[in-house]
Amino acid sequence: MPADAPTNNTLTVEKAGKVYRARRRGEAPVTALDDVSLTLRPGDAVGLVGASGSGKSTLARLITGLDRPTSGTISFGPLRVDRLPRRGLRGFRKHVQMVFQDPYAALNPLHTVGYTLSRPVANYLRLGHQATANRVDELLDTVGLTPAAQFRDKLPHQLSGGQRQRVVIAHALACEPRVIVADEPVSMLDVSLRAGVLRLLERLRHEQRIGMLYITHDLLSARLVTDELLVLHDGRVVERGPTKQVLQHPSDPYTRQLLAALPTPTPTSRSRSGRSNPPPTAPGDTP
Amino acid sequence: MTRANPQRPIPPEPILRAKGLNVVYEPARGARIWPVRDVSLELAEGEFAGLVGESGCGKSTLGYALTRMLRPPAKLESGSIWFGGTDITALEGEELRRHRRGGFALVLQSGMNALNPVRTVEGHFADVFRAHRRAGPHATLAQELLDRVHLPAATLRRYPHELSGGMRQRVAIAVALALGPRLVVFDEPTTALDVIVQGAVMDTIRELQRDAGFTALLISHDLGLVLEATDRVLVMYAGRIVEDRPSAGLTGDPGAGGARHPYTRALLRCYGDPRADEVHIEGIPGSPPDLSQPPGGCPYVPRCPLAEPVCGQSDPDLTRRGNGATACHVAAREAEPAKDHDAG
Amino acid sequence: MTAPVGPAAASTGTAPAGPPPLASPTPPLAAVLPRPALVAGRVLATLWADRKARIGLIVLAALIGVALLAPVISPFPPGDANFARSLSPSGAHLLGTTGSGQDALSQLLWGARVSLLVGFVAGAAASVIAIVVGLVAGYLPGAADEVLMFVTNLTLAIPALPLMIVLAVYLSGGGVKVIVLVIIVTSWATGARVIRSQTATLRTRDFIALAQFGGERLHRIVFREVLPNMTSLVTANFFAAATAAVLGEAGLEFLGLGNPTTVSWGTMLYWAQNSGALLTGQWVLILAPGLAIALLAAAFSLINFGVDALSNPRLREKS
Repeated sequence: MPADAPTNNTLTVEKAGKVYRARRRGEAPVTALDDVSLTLRPGDAVGLVGASGSGKSTLARLITGLDRPTSGTISFGPLRVDRLPRRGLRGFRKHVQMVFQDPYAALNPLHTVGYTLSRPVANYLRLGHQATANRVDELLDTVGLTPAAQFRDKLPHQLSGGQRQRVVIAHALACEPRVIVADEPVSMLDVSLRAGVLRLLERLRHEQRIGMLYITHDLLSARLVTDELLVLHDGRVVERGPTKQVLQHPSDPYTRQLLAALPTPTPTSRSRSGRSNPPPTAPGDTP
Repeated sequence: MTRANPQRPIPPEPILRAKGLNVVYEPARGARIWPVRDVSLELAEGEFAGLVGESGCGKSTLGYALTRMLRPPAKLESGSIWFGGTDITALEGEELRRHRRGGFALVLQSGMNALNPVRTVEGHFADVFRAHRRAGPHATLAQELLDRVHLPAATLRRYPHELSGGMRQRVAIAVALALGPRLVVFDEPTTALDVIVQGAVMDTIRELQRDAGFTALLISHDLGLVLEATDRVLVMYAGRIVEDRPSAGLTGDPGAGGARHPYTRALLRCYGDPRADEVHIEGIPGSPPDLSQPPGGCPYVPRCPLAEPVCGQSDPDLTRRGNGATACHVAAREAEPAKDHDAG
Repeated sequence: MTAPVGPAAASTGTAPAGPPPLASPTPPLAAVLPRPALVAGRVLATLWADRKARIGLIVLAALIGVALLAPVISPFPPGDANFARSLSPSGAHLLGTTGSGQDALSQLLWGARVSLLVGFVAGAAASVIAIVVGLVAGYLPGAADEVLMFVTNLTLAIPALPLMIVLAVYLSGGGVKVIVLVIIVTSWATGARVIRSQTATLRTRDFIALAQFGGERLHRIVFREVLPNMTSLVTANFFAAATAAVLGEAGLEFLGLGNPTTVSWGTMLYWAQNSGALLTGQWVLILAPGLAIALLAAAFSLINFGVDALSNPRLREKS
């Protein structure tokens, strides 16, 4: 990506800080975020890695307009997100959407998948009844819930965790946003389902050129979906750079600590030598 | 006591022996489900075993069943549990309590949130000591226990809300160890914790187990965590144990102590090293079966790339293969070549 | 492995089949039924599944039947005072006659109408006020919440019965309408408080945030996302308010604060007391309306026992 001037769909965070005032007299104010800058262009995927309390969720709240920074600026193209009035939030969200962490909590248990997905389509795209229904089917198709007819009328509790998270992602995609903030989108899923959801996110940002801010404490998934990595610790960026490079040659002690805390059973790198065969693959006669 | 396996040189005495456990879950409305189906297992004295599986595979229910903590609507339908030479399957009330005392304990993921918010840490220890009528200088004992989980003695006077998540989980572990259990079942003890804290708590658990010598069963959804902490891995799928093998070498070739069940092998492929030059992980297509309708054949068939007609016809038994056991028709045939000297 | 038991035995016992049966897709019932019918159907079905609630529903249905069929099954017009006074129960007058010569059974049957009407109307109106106040206060913290909760707490702080009596005296002579009004004014506050705290909890849930990101407007979030998740609370609140209304109406009528010429269970008690029914040995005149009131209140309460499961669609399926 050339270092040209930010396009209209570029998200820019400049020296953003967030200080929470003390709740009681005598207590020190809490600095949740300190001097964080980042740029997210269409099709970029930036990872935000850190332990809980590192400030990564605070930054997500600032970027999605749920909260305002106490210093610095956040802008989306020409739009100043940090100065957005309450009523401007809705228009802003047409462009910047969020994927929630817990697919078990993010879907209203009483609404069908079709209803949940039809709402953003109706609200932002203002399509007619039939066009909305078509768009919902298209969304289900995009996130791999096919055939759409089989999922449209399902209630959340009739879906698995992975399927629910796909619905949450489809909901975020419904209004054709330019930026998606994904807050730990696979941490609540079984490991067997993570690869599928990560592959979906990867595909979306390439095919639809969506900028993605990927927030996680899981270095493996960050490696799989992001190009650039910011390591946050105590509200500050302690390390940043291309994802692979940061993970292979961490310079900050905290990044090393994060890497060391990671249990990694890796059949290929740990115990396998060159002589062994790849894991058994499917024979031709699978049912 | 019968020996677990006559072939092994010095078989350690099993401290826990479960045979043919079936747990049924009967909600007031709706279908009955079978979260644990015909599970038999033995845990040797001083062993650190891990129980892994996807959510809903029955691993927590099995942990509850083994420690006699099942509560309605879940109920042990059949099978027997022997603990240290006593059949605890049907013990009730005071008798069961007597066996719990210095017997077995359960540490839960929510253990850290199960602390009473209006009681100090000291109060929690006092409750346990009183409930089990353990004599002695309680405060000193409690301090020793806290020391063992690396918490300062001052923690005794603190209330749960004054402690971080990691500290609360350490307190929960210390309380569980208060009566000197011989078997501790840890149910996702670090899942609610931060990555780095999780590592530290796991280190403490491992250290405690080594020093105190109790038998431990770590229940977790995270195969990576289990492989790092334990000596032996039990993989559960759809209510059954499908693989039972030493942790060391599980990632290797089937002939060299590696996993043989296609499910375990698929689980291993869900992990990767983020530092590697090329990282690629795979998922497992589909989802686990509905436990209200026990399938006629192997429950893994719909997701299995190796499935053959025979797999749909009967559920394979957990049988000895190499240095462990696997419940798979295909693996049973495939991995039989000459290298298996130790198989019976 | 030796002879397997339990489900494993069941599975190996069956004839070898193909791939194992998986959960069959449920028919999209939601697509067939209109929404309100769906909700009402779910409420009823869930209530019916509970034994206590089923008894309550049957008793309530019976009482509604009596009220509707009063003109048909009642032996005499309720106002007909052409009989001998204070007769003991007999073949002609199963419950005897009142001190002013009316047939007590006819009065009892017709009286069901007033009690049920007051119960349902006052209960529904108090619920609606409680829902609106609770939702607004719970969803909009700040000034709206402060003001609404101040009024709510004020209403709660004043003891209900004395307030009812004062209001009824002040508005005397209005009959059933005034009584309904008085009951509504005094009984919405408890429900408002409960609904407010539940709304405040739901407001922070992820699915509400998801709806906000989906561009939903305030009224839609409140009525389509929050409210339907409180079905059980709203239903419980309605039956509690209805119970209070039935008892309140009887109490006010008994004290003579209603219109004594209305035929209701409360006025029956009022007249029985006035004519010294107990002194003349006519305990039936006290017992019959008293039992009827208790029966109706009990039916409402029994239904409430079954309400718990309503908001949870998972309860009927595996977890």
